[in-house]
Amino acid sequence: MIVDYVVWIILLPLISFTIQIFFGKRLPRQGDWLPTSVMFVDLLLALIVAGKVFSAYDPDFRIARSFEWVVLGTTTIKFGLLIDNLTAVMLFIVTLVSSLVHLFSIGYMHGDPRYSRYFAYLSLFSFSMLGLVSVDNFLGIYMFWELVGVSSFLLIGFWFEKHSASNAAKKAFLVNRVGDVGMFIGILLIFAITHTFNFDEVFGKIASGEFAGALLTAAGILIFCGAVGKSAQFPLHVWLPDAMEGPTPVSALIHAATMVAAGVYLVGRTFVLYTETALLIIAGIGTITAFIAATIAVVQMDIKKVLAYSTISQLGYMIAALGVGGYNAGLFHLMTHAFFKALLFLGAGSVIHAMHHEQDMRQMGGLRHKLPITFVTFLIATMAISGVPGLSGFFSKDAILAAALGKAMETGTLYHYLIFATLIFTAGLTAFYMFRALFLTFYGTPRNQEKYDHAHESPSTMTIPLIALALFTVIGGYGSWFEELIRKPSLAMFSTGAAQEAAHAAAEGAAHGAHTIAMVLSILFAFAGIFIAALYYYWNKYSAEAVSEKFAALYRFLWNKWYFDELYQATAVRGTLLLSRAMGWFDLKVIDGIVNGTARMTTLLSFGSGTTDNRVVDGLVNWVARIVGWFGATLREIQTGKVQAYILMALGAFILLYVIQLAMV
Amino acid sequence: MIPNILSFIVFLPVVGMFIVLLLPREKKTAIKVVSAVFTGLQIVLAWQIYVNFDTNTTSMQFVEQVKWIESFNIWYFVGIDGLSVSMVLLTALLSFIAIIASWNIDKAVKAYFALFLLLDAGMMGVFVALDFFLFYIFWEVMLLPMYFLIGIWGGPRREYAAIKFFLYTLLGSVLMLLALLVLYFNVKDPVTGGHTFNMLHMMDQANHTGILNQFNIRLLVYAALFIGFAIKVPIFPFHTWLPDAHVEAPTPISVILAGVLLKMGTYGMLRISFPILPDAMKWEPFLYGFVTLAVINIVYGSLCAMAQSDLKKLVAYSSIGHMGVVLLGMAGLTSLGMNGAVLQMFNHGIVSGMLFLLVGVIYDRAHHREIDGFGGLASQMPIYTGIASLAFFANLGLPGLNNFISEAFSFLGAFGSEAFNLKVFTIIGTLGIILTAGYMLWTLQRVFFGPLNPKYVNMPEVNTRELITLVPLGVLVIVLGVYPNLVLNLLEVSLNNLVQTVLNAPSVLLGMQ
Repeated sequence: MIVDYVVWIILLPLISFTIQIFFGKRLPRQGDWLPTSVMFVDLLLALIVAGKVFSAYDPDFRIARSFEWVVLGTTTIKFGLLIDNLTAVMLFIVTLVSSLVHLFSIGYMHGDPRYSRYFAYLSLFSFSMLGLVSVDNFLGIYMFWELVGVSSFLLIGFWFEKHSASNAAKKAFLVNRVGDVGMFIGILLIFAITHTFNFDEVFGKIASGEFAGALLTAAGILIFCGAVGKSAQFPLHVWLPDAMEGPTPVSALIHAATMVAAGVYLVGRTFVLYTETALLIIAGIGTITAFIAATIAVVQMDIKKVLAYSTISQLGYMIAALGVGGYNAGLFHLMTHAFFKALLFLGAGSVIHAMHHEQDMRQMGGLRHKLPITFVTFLIATMAISGVPGLSGFFSKDAILAAALGKAMETGTLYHYLIFATLIFTAGLTAFYMFRALFLTFYGTPRNQEKYDHAHESPSTMTIPLIALALFTVIGGYGSWFEELIRKPSLAMFSTGAAQEAAHAAAEGAAHGAHTIAMVLSILFAFAGIFIAALYYYWNKYSAEAVSEKFAALYRFLWNKWYFDELYQATAVRGTLLLSRAMGWFDLKVIDGIVNGTARMTTLLSFGSGTTDNRVVDGLVNWVARIVGWFGATLREIQTGKVQAYILMALGAFILLYVIQLAMV
Repeated sequence: MIPNILSFIVFLPVVGMFIVLLLPREKKTAIKVVSAVFTGLQIVLAWQIYVNFDTNTTSMQFVEQVKWIESFNIWYFVGIDGLSVSMVLLTALLSFIAIIASWNIDKAVKAYFALFLLLDAGMMGVFVALDFFLFYIFWEVMLLPMYFLIGIWGGPRREYAAIKFFLYTLLGSVLMLLALLVLYFNVKDPVTGGHTFNMLHMMDQANHTGILNQFNIRLLVYAALFIGFAIKVPIFPFHTWLPDAHVEAPTPISVILAGVLLKMGTYGMLRISFPILPDAMKWEPFLYGFVTLAVINIVYGSLCAMAQSDLKKLVAYSSIGHMGVVLLGMAGLTSLGMNGAVLQMFNHGIVSGMLFLLVGVIYDRAHHREIDGFGGLASQMPIYTGIASLAFFANLGLPGLNNFISEAFSFLGAFGSEAFNLKVFTIIGTLGIILTAGYMLWTLQRVFFGPLNPKYVNMPEVNTRELITLVPLGVLVIVLGVYPNLVLNLLEVSLNNLVQTVLNAPSVLLGMQ
C-alpha cells in the first residue's frame, strides 16, 4: 500500500519529465503547469505516506519491497524500495521544497528562451532525488546519486551560453565524480564481501560479525567519499559556490535544500556501516568544512555566494553531528535547514529578480521598504540559521552542539572538545555573516539608486512559496516527534540471531547532560555574532573596510577562498591535462613511431634487398653471362673452318698431353 | 522458424552484393535501396533468431554441419550460443544503420555497397562459424573489403590508414594461422581419430594430443592467438592502427569498425582462446599481464582521448578505454564480470556507433572535426545536442543508460574475483570513470556550450535520415540501461558455462600428468 504510493511519487515526475522534454514547447504555457501540478500531487502523496508511516509511531517502522532485477548465475541483484520514518521525512522535504520551487520558478523564469526545458529538468531532478531517498540498496542509491548529479549539471549549466555557467556545471560533475568513484569502490568492496547490495542484508552481515574490522572501516570511509562530494565537504567543497551560476530557484532546491543534503542522508541511511575510526574522520571532515566555509562567507559580497558558503558550512554541521553520533541531531538539522535555506535562496532570488539580476550586495541596501514580504521572510530565515531561540534552526543546531559536547564529555579527548569548540565558534560566525548579508541587503540607504527605484515586490507565485517556507521555518523545530521517530539504527535491528548491541549506539543519551551548557553557549555566540554584525553594518559604528585593510593578508586569504581553486587548478587539473598531453605525445611519437619505424625499416630493408638483388645477385648473373660471352667471342677466333688449323691444334694438344703424362710418371 | 537461418543471415548480403553488381553503376538509388533491403532482411532474420533462441541451454543452436573439404576434415559448421547471438544481433543492427548512414556516399556507389555487403557477410560468418578453418576464412574475407572501404572512400590519409590497418590485421592473422595449424594437427577428432578444425572438439581437453600436451607449447599457442586477437581489440601497444583507421574511414565504416570489428578480438578470446586453452589463460604471468594491459587500456586510452583535438580521434581512443573495461571484466572469471564484459561489448557497439554517427553529422556540415572549432552548437541544433548529450552521458557511464550497468558489472566481477586477486587493478581501472567523465564533459562544453560560433549560425539541424540512424540506437541506450536483461538473458547460461569450464579446467602442467 504505502509502497505503491511511493512508487507513484517517484514515477510521476519521471512521466512529467518525459512529456515535458518532448512536447513541453507545444503545450499551452510551455507546459509549466504540468511538472508543477505533478509536484503538488507528489507533495500530497508524500503527506499521505508520512501520515501512514507516522501513525504507526514506531521508530523501527520499516517496510521494503523489491524485485529481482538481474539474475546471473548465483548472483541475484534485487532492486527495491525501503520506507521507514527517515524516508517518509525525506519524501516530504523533497516534495515540499520542490513543489514550492516549481511554483516560484513560474515567475522567476518567465520569458526565458528555454522555459519548457527548465521545467523538464526540474522534473528529472525531482524524480532522481525521490528515488535516491527511497531505494533500498547501495547500487540503486549510486544510480540515483549520479542521476541527481546529471540533473544538477544540466541546471547549473542551464544558461550554457555563459562560459562561467558551463564551466561551473562541468566542475560540479567532475568534482562529484571524484567522490563518487570512492563511493563506487566502497560498493565494490561491500559487494565482494557480502555478495549483496541490499542495505538490510549488508547491515545484517555487519551485525553477525561477518563484515568487520579494517575492511569495514575502509568501506565506510569510501562510501563517505560520495557524501564528501555530493554534500560539498572539505576537500571537495569547491564545486558548490560555482554552482550558483544556475538559476536561483535551482540553487534553492538542489544546491541548498535537497541534493546537497543527500550526502548527509547517505551517512544517515548507512549509519551502521561506520566504525568508530570512520566516525572520527567523518566528524573531523564535517567540522573543518563548517569552519572553513563560514570564514569564507564572512567576506563574500555576492548574496548567493554568502548563501552557498553558508550551505557548505551547515552541511558540515550535519556531517559533524553524524560523526559525533548525533544521528538524530544531524538529520533534524537536515530538515530544518532545508526549510530555512530554501527560503533564504528563494528570498535572494526574489531580491535578484527585483534588482534585474544584480547579485552584488554592494549595489543593494534599503530594500526592506521595496520588498516587504521578501524582507520579513528573509529575516525569519536569517534568525533561524543564526540560532535565535524559538525558531527551527535553533533547536536543530542546539541539538548538534549538545551532541558534540556530549561526545566530548563522554570520550574526554581533545579531538572531540576541539570539534565542539570549533562548531560553537562557527555558530557565532554564522550569525555574524548572515546578519551582515541581511543588513547589507535590506537596511541602510540604497547604494544604487537607479536599481533601487526600479525594484518591486515579486508576484504572488513567488511570494507564496516564501510565506509557506517561512511558516515551516518557524514551526519546523517544535514537537518531539522527530527525536522519537528518527532513532539511530542499532546493529541489533539487523541481526537475526542473538542481538548484539552496537558499540556506538549509546552516545545520543549522553548528550542530554550537555544540553544546558551547549544551549547557553550557543545562544551566547549567536547573539554575539548578531551584535557584532549590527555594530558594523547596522549602526555603522565601525568600518568593515578598515578591518579588512588592517588584516589585509587574512582578508585576501579569505577573499580567495583559502586558495583551494588555485591549488586544485595547479595540481589536479593541470597535472591531468599535462599527463594526458604527455600520453598523447607518447602514443603518437613513441608507440606509433615504433609501428611506423618498423614499417620504414621494412621498406628500407626491402629497398636494400632490392638493390642487392639488382646489383649483386643479378649482377653476378650478368657477370657470368658476360664472362661466358667474352669466352665465346674469344674462342670464336679459333673456329677458323680450316682443316689444317684443326689438325695443328689437335697435334699440339696431343703433344701437350703426352708431356703431362710423362711428367706425372 | 526458418531452416538454415544462420546460412541465410550470413549469405543474404552476398546475394545482395551480386544484385548490386548486376545493377548499372548509374542507378545509385537502386543500389542503395537493394543494400538497405538486404540488410533490412538481415534484421528480420536476426529478430527471428532472437525470438527462437533458447536461453536455457548451453549447447549450440541453429546448428548446420556439412562436410566441406573432406581430405582435410574441414566442415561448414555454424551455430550460435549466447555469446555469439548477441554479436549477431549487434552486427545485423549496425549493418543496417551503416547502410542508411551511407546514403550520401557519392563516389563509386556500386563498388562501395558491394564491398560493404561482402564485409557484412564476413562479419556475420565470423560470429557463427564453429569450424576454426571456416572462422579463419570469414576473418580474412572481412579484411579485403575493409581495406578498400577505408582506402578508397576515406579521408586525406586514407591510403596510409588502410595499409596500416591491413598489415596490422594480417600480422594478427598470420599468428592466428600458426596457432590454428598447431591445434589442427594436435587435436584428434573423437569420431574418426583424425585431425580436426572443429572448435567444439578443440574445447574438449581430452582431445588434445601430441605437442599440445606440452605446457610450453600451449602457452605459445595461446600467446599467438592472444596477439592475433589483441590487435583487433585493440590492446595496448597494438592499438595505433585504430585512431588512424577511424579518422580516415567514412562515417558508416567507423561505425562498423568500432561497433563490430573491435568486438571480434574479445569474441575470439572468449570463443577460442579461453575455452580451448583455459590453463594457459589462467597461467598467472599471462593472466596478470592480461589484466595489466586491460588497465593500461582503460587509463592510457582515456588519457590519450583527453589529449585529442580531433573529435573522431577522441572517440577512437575512448573505444580503447572502453574495451579495456571489457577485458577487465573477462579476466576475473566470475559470472558477473563475464556477463558484464559481453554486455559491455554489445553496449559499446551501440554507443560508439552513435558517437561516430554524431561526429559524422557535424563533419558533413562543417567539413572539419576540430573540437575547438565549434562552440555553442546547443543553441543552434537543440535536437542534435539532446541526442549527443544522451550518447555522451551513456559513454561516461551514467546510470540509467546502457554502459553503466555493463561497466559496473565488469568492475564488480573483476573486484570480486575469487580465482585471482584483481582488486588493485580494478581500483586503478576505476580512475577511467573520472577520466572519461572529464574528457566527455570537456568536449560537450567545447562543442555545444558557450556562445554560438558565428560561422555556424546557419548550421542545419539534424535531418530525418540522420535521425533514422540515431534514434534506434538512442532508444536502445535507454532501454538497455533500465532493463539490461533483454541482452543478459541471452548471454547468461552460455557465459556461466564458459566461466565454469575455464575455472574447472585443471591448471597443472598437462604434459606432466
